Amino acid sequence: MMRELTYWQALQEALREAMTRDPTVFVMGEDIGEYGGAFGVTRGLLADFGPQRIRCTPISEAAIVGAAIGAAITGMRPVVEIMFMDFVTLAMDQLANHAAKLRYMYGPQVRVPLVVRTPAGGGRCYGATHSQSLEAWFLHVPGLKVVAPATPTDAKGLLAAAILDDNPVLCVEHKLLYATSGTVSADAPALPIGRAAVRRAGTDVSLVTYSYYVGVALEAAEQLAIGGIAAEVIDLRTLAPLDTETVLASVRKTGRLVCIEEGTRTGGVGAEVAARVAELAYEYLDAPIRRIAAADVPVPFSPPLEQADLPTREDIVLVVRELMERA
Amino acid sequence: MKSDLAAGDARRVLYQLVLIRGFEESVLKLVSDGSIRGTTHPYVGQEAVAVGACLALRADDWVISTHRGHGHLLAKGGDPNRLMAELFGKATGYGGGKGGTQHMADFAVGHLGSNGITGGGIPIGTGAALSAQMRGSGQVVVVFFGDGAANQGTFHESLNLAALWHLPVVYVCENNLYAMSTAVRDACAIEHIAERASAYGMPGVQVDGMNVFAVAAAVRTAVDRARAGRGPSLIECKTYRFLGHSKSDQRVYRSRDEESAWRARDPIPRLRATMLERGLASAAEIDAITREALAAVESAVEFARLSPFPEAQALTEGVFVEGTG
Repeated sequence: MMRELTYWQALQEALREAMTRDPTVFVMGEDIGEYGGAFGVTRGLLADFGPQRIRCTPISEAAIVGAAIGAAITGMRPVVEIMFMDFVTLAMDQLANHAAKLRYMYGPQVRVPLVVRTPAGGGRCYGATHSQSLEAWFLHVPGLKVVAPATPTDAKGLLAAAILDDNPVLCVEHKLLYATSGTVSADAPALPIGRAAVRRAGTDVSLVTYSYYVGVALEAAEQLAIGGIAAEVIDLRTLAPLDTETVLASVRKTGRLVCIEEGTRTGGVGAEVAARVAELAYEYLDAPIRRIAAADVPVPFSPPLEQADLPTREDIVLVVRELMERA
Repeated sequence: MKSDLAAGDARRVLYQLVLIRGFEESVLKLVSDGSIRGTTHPYVGQEAVAVGACLALRADDWVISTHRGHGHLLAKGGDPNRLMAELFGKATGYGGGKGGTQHMADFAVGHLGSNGITGGGIPIGTGAALSAQMRGSGQVVVVFFGDGAANQGTFHESLNLAALWHLPVVYVCENNLYAMSTAVRDACAIEHIAERASAYGMPGVQVDGMNVFAVAAAVRTAVDRARAGRGPSLIECKTYRFLGHSKSDQRVYRSRDEESAWRARDPIPRLRATMLERGLASAAEIDAITREALAAVESAVEFARLSPFPEAQALTEGVFVEGTG
């Protein structure tokens, strides 16, 4: 059965189904009870599952994530909500030094089935500490998986997979996606973590992106098509582990790569994708690899400045046209 | 010492104290001669805390340990062979040699892991207590940490959370007076860390950390309280590490007089004297227990030396649990 669901409803459906199926699944976070979470993902869950499993916490990100790790290694399957991705800095030690490393250091006696969900991204004039896209940091910590769904179907499927996974998974959501909607199958299985999706086929250039910018890239591809340029849009869906094969297959076909992301440019997700393509498919490239990302500055508050900082459809169109003219 | 001290308890305690002391002294020699690479944080002097606290626990109760953690693992019933092999970086070690001195666990004996980040284990132990509470398992968690960790945010966040949720956890602070070289008086605005408990709404007690049975009694009270669903406690054990922070520490920040005063309170000769006085064991029996414990250390060294290093392929194995999700 297909229904129209918003992205937040799809996430909530994944939580509900997991909690109904498995009594060890529970949710922890700030203001996730009656309030329903800062972006409403958990609204209604407290009434249905009670305060033992929908646990409102004090503002203590390190303790919340640390406690979730302790619960995870002793048989529970916690799902933590970090209210804004910027606040994950406060739990960074627990994620990077503990969640990610316990299995490797302690051996196979340990499993860390932990999920941390968090909203990233700007475009809402929240300023420098409530707008960041910090997902690239987590690619540099072996032991963590990172998913970043772009659609309601992927939101449900990837969160469901994250909860089933016996490893720590960071689920990066996007503030501008919560209200978007799409058809979601009621009985869709969990999506495999680690597989990208080709959202639009094309032969001239590969636009590799994820999360909110999948939609922006698709709009840019539409506009480019009018001018006769066939852009292929790859939605990475999972950032760690990266689906290198899908990206390489696309670049071997198109010969051009543009990496698009909302995080800052230096050391970003696009930098890693670009490096892999340069190492593994250099001979297929007909033009330099290009990255489109936020400027290397904090996200500014002032609306026109924030708009100038974040990548746009026009940026993508412009860069692709430049690449095509080189040929 | 408790007047109702049983002979069996005393013998077991003596064995564990000597085992940990002997193990740590052996490790120091092995680090010095290069058999063990890296560093080590010796537990010598603090043995009464680990042994006393674990004496108050059930086998299925959990502990969380620190960077100075060999004693906690041995006191909880860990295997000296696998512990020593881990220090050697051998494949037979607790983590197959990948963890090393500060990073090992033995879930089978209720040891949920030592930890190289000061204060890093405090919220993890708190979460294990949450898990015990949610599953109704009746288990209690003892979280070991030092005076240095008591100044980390994780300490404050965790104690608040545990008190708020009445979690079955006992926070055992081993105040050995120095966080590496920094004296507790230069790092902590109050004299007794136990006094912080009142800020979180839990009992806080100070105890002689050089006395196994005083530690055990305090932890038992806290464990009973936790198991009865009445929430967490903070126990500050006043103790002392007889040696430096790690292998390279020359102890320039404290006096030899201070060290001598604390060494006079060494729990091992104190226990031997008590056992003799009370007729709990003869001098010959005490010698036998001592020899037995030191023989276990010798065996552990032998086991570690003879064990193979991990194969090269182990480097990239075991980062993730495969085949889930």
